[in-house]
Amino acid sequence: MTFDEIRSQAQSEWEALQQSDKPRILVGTATCGRAAGAMAVLEAIDSGLSRLGAEAVVTQVGCIGLCYAEPIVEIIKPGRPGIFYSGITPEAVAQLLEDYIVNDNPRPDLALGTVGDGSVDGIPKLFELPVLKPQERIALRNCGHINPESITEYIANDGYSGFARVLKMTPEEVIAELKTSGLRGRGGAGFPTGQKWEFCQRSPGNEKYIICNADEGDPGAFMDRSLLEGDPHAVMEGMLIGAYAIGANHGYIYCRAEYPLAIERLEIACKQMEECGLLGDNILGSGFNFRVEIKEGAGAFVCGEETALMASIEGKRGMPRPRPPFPAVSGVWGKPTNINNVETWANVSAILQKGAEWYSSFGTETSKGTKTFALAGKIVRTGLIEVPMGISLNDIIYEIGGGIVGGKSFKAVLTGGPSGGCLPNSMLDLLVDYESLAKAGSIMGSGGMLVADEDTCMVDMARYFLTFTQEESCGKCVPCRVGTRQMLDILERITRGDGEPDDIKQLERLAQVVKTGSLCALGGTAPNPVLTTLQYFLDEYEAHVNEKRCPAKACTNLITYYILPDKCMACGICLRGCPTEAITGGRRMVHVIEQSKCIKCGNCLDVCPERFSAVVKVSGEELEVPSEPIPVTASQ
Amino acid sequence: MQERLSPILAPYRRQKGSLIPVLQKVQEELGYLPEEAVSEIAYFLGMSKNEVYGVASFYAQFRFKRPGDHTIKICQGTACHVLGGPKVLDAVERELGIKAGETTEDYKFGIETVACFGSCALAPVMVVDKTVYGRMTPAKARKILEEY
Repeated sequence: MTFDEIRSQAQSEWEALQQSDKPRILVGTATCGRAAGAMAVLEAIDSGLSRLGAEAVVTQVGCIGLCYAEPIVEIIKPGRPGIFYSGITPEAVAQLLEDYIVNDNPRPDLALGTVGDGSVDGIPKLFELPVLKPQERIALRNCGHINPESITEYIANDGYSGFARVLKMTPEEVIAELKTSGLRGRGGAGFPTGQKWEFCQRSPGNEKYIICNADEGDPGAFMDRSLLEGDPHAVMEGMLIGAYAIGANHGYIYCRAEYPLAIERLEIACKQMEECGLLGDNILGSGFNFRVEIKEGAGAFVCGEETALMASIEGKRGMPRPRPPFPAVSGVWGKPTNINNVETWANVSAILQKGAEWYSSFGTETSKGTKTFALAGKIVRTGLIEVPMGISLNDIIYEIGGGIVGGKSFKAVLTGGPSGGCLPNSMLDLLVDYESLAKAGSIMGSGGMLVADEDTCMVDMARYFLTFTQEESCGKCVPCRVGTRQMLDILERITRGDGEPDDIKQLERLAQVVKTGSLCALGGTAPNPVLTTLQYFLDEYEAHVNEKRCPAKACTNLITYYILPDKCMACGICLRGCPTEAITGGRRMVHVIEQSKCIKCGNCLDVCPERFSAVVKVSGEELEVPSEPIPVTASQ
Repeated sequence: MQERLSPILAPYRRQKGSLIPVLQKVQEELGYLPEEAVSEIAYFLGMSKNEVYGVASFYAQFRFKRPGDHTIKICQGTACHVLGGPKVLDAVERELGIKAGETTEDYKFGIETVACFGSCALAPVMVVDKTVYGRMTPAKARKILEEY
């Protein structure tokens, strides 16, 4: 079959699905949806439909990115816009089916928004909501809308049309188009993709490789997982285009083993491509051959570094090597290799589908297009977002993210994970692109964006990241192996309350050495969290070192819990919940914490009824409280 | 051991480049990589035991001790860290009387820490075998353990 035939068949099947007189029910069952209970909802839909004797087409889709609202169910009735329902439980969905499918009550109270033509009274349009309005979906274009396990649905939505177009172009023309688009590597470093391809394309040799880096090791990032789970074909099409332009006949997808669903969906995608003649020999009759192998990572953060990743593909310890030679000259198996990240590949397919001009209309002068971010931490609307480059951090955190949880105050936003930096309130006007983030001491990174509030200690944050990078340092070069260990020792000392006056200076010196002296980007960026917290939150370091006080009251060694005798009503809730039995007291007797037994878990503070508020957490001060239970004096 | 591993190893004879998938398949079969399995793999791929162990010990995925019947993985990713992941880990460690990386004496439970599951929006996250539990607290974690 020619591509046009495949395409028109896919379109007529898609059209038939849209015009079907049966309602359609779409359930988001990516990993995050499943963790929130989507599979139980799916079962409840099946049993609910058969109980009601109603018919509907039920489809599992990827993640639309509104993780805070999971599990999400979309119901599309013929001739109506689709309605997204959020926070759906198995019980709620049974009622919803009865109300909407049978009795035609769209239940605006449960609805999040509508998608598609037309409107429903009392329900806003989904993409007009503050969380989605500033977003622009290019890489995530199909996530949550199509069945990721159906190549037909992808093809019907312009899928593989970019690749079909490429087959009529020369490799040089494809690279030129990519250069015009201004796309830069989304793995974090931001190298111009077209230029990278050109290096590899011009490298001598008949045997070349391309790699999709899906080893999303940055803790706090899940863009690539969502993309692979929600729209694997968008990535595969990008790889096909890249392979054609570069002249590679073999590709690898290096995906971390912690993402079983992503791997499963990639395997399904590859199989479907083979069946459609989009993978294997003589693809679409063009004479171009391409095969893909999926490699499961085995858990090593450093394998996100390109030379380490290639060593791992070859079955070796994943350790980086000095460059040059660059992978474009000598990569996997010593052959010219081009490696791009998942999101980059998904952008490539969009660019070739819709054209470079269209793509470069998004973004700023130097950073074109969009960037996905995994928004997490102390923020109201956590989730996966895709925003045009040049949006301000402020808009991301307050417009899209809805601000800080529980009315607390914002302290810092961390971009780029363990390789990035912590930016304070004063930097919130910063426009997100590669250059401005680097100038502020952070990096764009692969897209982890974590929001910290007043309860987060920035010294502890730096310690946390160093624990991670120190453990993940492969040990090949001295600055990284020894330097990260030494920095971590100092940070542990400071957060423990044993910091010495010289420590802050020493830490800064070490950070500079590790940054400049390390072999690869792991060591080269590991000091970033330390350097940015020193730059923007020096007062917190000084409080830990000089006053043995943690201003955020987060470092367990520097905090103490007390029960205030004039407020305690001796209700016994904290006493019963204490895991180490550190609380004594009795009927009408004020409760007392035995400090030597206290493990600072904070349970007593969490469970003390708000109307009493008798438990307090302090740092750097001692309160006068009785050492033995005394009769209750407080009155309500 | 040879009998159990032969069918897994057969397609990879003398293919050094396949070491990592081989280790993954063997661990899937046995639950861990005992010393005999490492010897067997080395022999099959034509490598020294040292080389095999060198690669296996580099990656966090491979274990050399028998795991518990139920593996509890507690996420220590950034989002989980700021939302109380360490407290959940502490509670589970206390409840079972073992530390992360260890297994209870009756081999019922083992605790592992994981850098990130990518379910950050549901932080803190705990995974028992293949079930993901989101928005954990020490109390919820203790309750979940009772179900096993």
